[in-house]
Amino acid sequence: MLELTTTRHNELIDPFFHAWGWEIPVYLFLGGLVAGMMIISGYFLFSGRYKETDCSCYYLPRLSFIFLSLGMLALFLDLEHKQYVWRLYTTFRVTSPMSWGSWILILVYPVLIANMLLRLPETTKQKIPLLKKISDKMNSSHNLIRNIGVINMFLGAMLGMYTGILLSSLGARPLWSTSILWLLFLMSGLSGAAAFVHLIAKNVYERELLAKADNGFLIIELFVIMLMIIGLVVSTQVHKEAAMLLLSGRYAAVFWVFVIFIGILIPLLLQLLAVNHKIHHTPLAPILVITGGIILRFVIVYAGEYSHWFIVK
Amino acid sequence: MARYAMVIDTTKCVGCQDCVIACETENNVPEGYCRDWITTATSGKFPTVQLEIRSERCNHCSEPPCVTSCPTGASHIHDVGGVVLVNHDECIGCKACLASCPYDARFIHPDGYADKCTFCIHRVEKGEDPACVSVCPTHCMHFGDLDDPESEVSKLLKERKYHTNLPEAGTGPNIYYLI
Repeated sequence: MLELTTTRHNELIDPFFHAWGWEIPVYLFLGGLVAGMMIISGYFLFSGRYKETDCSCYYLPRLSFIFLSLGMLALFLDLEHKQYVWRLYTTFRVTSPMSWGSWILILVYPVLIANMLLRLPETTKQKIPLLKKISDKMNSSHNLIRNIGVINMFLGAMLGMYTGILLSSLGARPLWSTSILWLLFLMSGLSGAAAFVHLIAKNVYERELLAKADNGFLIIELFVIMLMIIGLVVSTQVHKEAAMLLLSGRYAAVFWVFVIFIGILIPLLLQLLAVNHKIHHTPLAPILVITGGIILRFVIVYAGEYSHWFIVK
Repeated sequence: MARYAMVIDTTKCVGCQDCVIACETENNVPEGYCRDWITTATSGKFPTVQLEIRSERCNHCSEPPCVTSCPTGASHIHDVGGVVLVNHDECIGCKACLASCPYDARFIHPDGYADKCTFCIHRVEKGEDPACVSVCPTHCMHFGDLDDPESEVSKLLKERKYHTNLPEAGTGPNIYYLI
């Protein structure tokens, strides 16, 4: 059947839906990265690694705070009716993942601040004695630190999952209409965060640990991508067509080259060789993982927008 | 409680676009945008080719995904007739509703809020037909209450064969096309 729509040429809608530009993939990537960093930081607090003075759990919350704020700025820039953004916080819509997300983001900030309070810069301690007092009090309780770690891990997981659920709840775009997208974005967020910490960690043990963890995350991510594509291919015609956008269609080149090979397989190989002491650790592997994570969000968002239902009588 | 629907006779529609112009005039639709449009679907193989001309718009679905995905409640189901509307002062322009609509029936108004067909609810509440229905020169468009078995739309759906667009999307569209 040949279908021709005339007289409609709505901006962002025709000739195909393209309402979300660079802002949403950037926001989803930064949200996922922060989610992964919160889980890693939370784990180090919970497991007692915070006793090491150079533990990454002391500087990750500060970086998370900056990345999350940049992500929220990107989200804000995407809004078309910016002066009404406050409306997000006058209601809670249980059926809307975006509403869930906006409230999760509000909860994430105080947890990051609690984590930041555990180690204050000297200048802050001198200028604001009250913060020093709070910090000292917090550091005197091992259980409190462990609980902050647990809350970090929990909210990090919520944030990471939400970035995927946000898209998969939109059934009108067949590529996103998969219940496994939350796991893909969570794994990609964890993998990106592990790579980032691997890149900047001062502690040698942490670098080695996170390189090993990243290998695990990358393998799971690859497996989840495979399951997602199988799920789409064995589904209805529109879902099959959506999968084909990645496998052999419009977005196939960037998907295979940048997401699968450069973003997963090559860094996985490099890190496997490094953790088995065949080669030295190289910053190339984590940089590729982070690059792959960004491009994954762009590919999934853009290909998802392009995928659509079609009318067959 | 009323359940408003539109029934369009595709055997009478000639695609003249009067409905499109009437909507733009009635609702001050900004230049370059439209709330309703014409779709021409050709199917079959020569010599048994079929042509269907459809006047399309928001389907005012019974289970509207645009309403469930809206984070602020700006997209809502109106108390009268189950019409899906957008409260402009509550819309933040996040475009979740645009992404959730399988019909791509919404757009962002130049003023920043999501916009779409309202079934001309301001006219309907005064007892008039939507603008598109009132101007149709072939009288192929019918508007009414599906919950009223005596309404014109209910009778047409009882007597004639029809289809809806994308019923498989599961949104319960309320625009019916007579075939």
